[in-house]
Amino acid sequence: MKALVGTLRRICSERDGRLGLLFSVVVVLFALVGPLVSPSPNAIDVKARFEPPSVTHLFGTDNIGRDLMARTSAGTRYALVLAVTIVLISSIVGSLIGISAGVLGGWYDRAVTAIFDIINAFPPLILAFALIALYGTGPVTFILLITVVFIPQFGRMARARAQALRSQSFIEAERLLAVHPVTIALRHFLPNVAGPVIVLASMNLPVVITFEASLSFLGFGVQPPKSSLGTLIKDGFVSINQSWWPTVSAAIVLAIATLGATLLGEALRRVIDPKTTGVR
Amino acid sequence: MSRSPGAIARFVASRLASVLLTLFGATVLLFLMVRLVPGDFASVMLGPRATPALRAQIVHEMGLDRNVVEQLWLFVSRAVTGNFGQDVISHRPILDIVLEVIPNTLALAFSALALALVAGIPLGVVAALRPGSWIDTILALLSISFITTPTLVVSIILFLIFAIGLHWLPVAGAGDAGSPLDQLRHLILPSIAMALGWVGYISRLVRASLLDTLTELHVRTLRAYGVSELRIVGIFALKLALVPVVSILGIGLGDLIGSSVVVEIIFARPGIGSLIFNSIAQRNYPVVQAAVIFIVAFYIIANLVVDLINAMLDPRIGKSLTARDG
Repeated sequence: MKALVGTLRRICSERDGRLGLLFSVVVVLFALVGPLVSPSPNAIDVKARFEPPSVTHLFGTDNIGRDLMARTSAGTRYALVLAVTIVLISSIVGSLIGISAGVLGGWYDRAVTAIFDIINAFPPLILAFALIALYGTGPVTFILLITVVFIPQFGRMARARAQALRSQSFIEAERLLAVHPVTIALRHFLPNVAGPVIVLASMNLPVVITFEASLSFLGFGVQPPKSSLGTLIKDGFVSINQSWWPTVSAAIVLAIATLGATLLGEALRRVIDPKTTGVR
Repeated sequence: MSRSPGAIARFVASRLASVLLTLFGATVLLFLMVRLVPGDFASVMLGPRATPALRAQIVHEMGLDRNVVEQLWLFVSRAVTGNFGQDVISHRPILDIVLEVIPNTLALAFSALALALVAGIPLGVVAALRPGSWIDTILALLSISFITTPTLVVSIILFLIFAIGLHWLPVAGAGDAGSPLDQLRHLILPSIAMALGWVGYISRLVRASLLDTLTELHVRTLRAYGVSELRIVGIFALKLALVPVVSILGIGLGDLIGSSVVVEIIFARPGIGSLIFNSIAQRNYPVVQAAVIFIVAFYIIANLVVDLINAMLDPRIGKSLTARDG
């Protein structure tokens, strides 16, 4: 708890960190509070099609008169849940694979590295797109497939840290004392890898949010009746000649979400792991 | 700089070998991905189009009547020679279909990259010359918003403002094949949409590495000798500061090609991205496979070229690589 407060204080001590925190909090609040202040996201009011923003509909309405603020809020919530789940799973699985490869070495390490290399040979968005198009679009499938694309990043980093740690004398000592390898991994490797993994995870969050939006925009992500920011942008784009507001409101929320998450991630990196350089 | 031609050749050879291995692995992965789709492959692919004759053609062409290892061998050995079979929908060689659209995507990706460099480097230099000033602050905020705004959002906003709102630039397509000027006009919006994030990224990178370089000893020596600041920055420091920029160009090209799917769909441009999109929608998996293999090969080769350029540019990298290698 104390560490958390300390980290927050240090994030707030610089401009980018403050901005990132502010935008992120605004987006999360928007995702949570939306349903309270706005009618149901699926309530149809055909008479009120394509209405511009007004007091009753703060974001206006879409092609069948649904309230866009409620829909964008629900879409933001769904996009955030998906992105956080994907980042959580891929960081945990990736770290475990990476640590085990770094600790065990040998053919297992070589196989894992080769698989990571092969996955990394694909431009990430193209791989995600192909996987989802081939294997389906349900929420669980979606999460698992995107996870595959992001695991190697975490795996490579955890592996490099684990390798550096393996030859340290205190690890050697525990090994000589016949401490079980799993105990060593849990007691020393996991805590040492945790910092950089948290940083990488937070920096990947905006990337995953963008991925989800892009794939849903292409029609291969979230499926109706569920909506995410990507599907809202897509639905709005289809009827862009009648009204540009639906697409733009969702696009702006998406841009604020990625801006906030990126700034916050970079601030977190400077606090937790100042030695590593920023990644895009 | 003790880099003998032999060491360089060994370095190139070992990188080339690993590139070929990765490409082979990616081809196998792609084969498995498509073949592991649940259900009878020929029916999955043909869907409502399935006639006995078409089925027989697919089974024969892709060797579906043989075991998986033989199928894999057939796929890889054909892919190496550029033979991806015949498209069941248009009855044309798949290679022709892919080669036809690739120039459009390459034109898009390279013009976006050029744009990112032309705009990003000067912005980075300006910011680095006055660190902490108001112009540095504005550029910092600008570049971070460029970086974080998804290509999807940038494309839509540009599309709305310049194509639909102001009617300055064309809405869709790649332009008249016979008219380079028309093609250029069609290239402007999509390439800006793709480049914007990289403008921000490159300017930040140039700023950071230029600031680093400007505090190095040899720059201080130059200053002590009374060399003008313009010469120091423009000739000595910038050259070193650009090394990290070169090293991210490989990732940059891959990223740009990846985002071509979104950009080409929004601007309705023919290209490898929209080819993949349309082929997936039609479940035309052999075309998807061929197109993705081309993208992967391009991505890997771009990274290899960048690695080699980098090794040549920065004596430190070259040395460590050849040392590790030889």
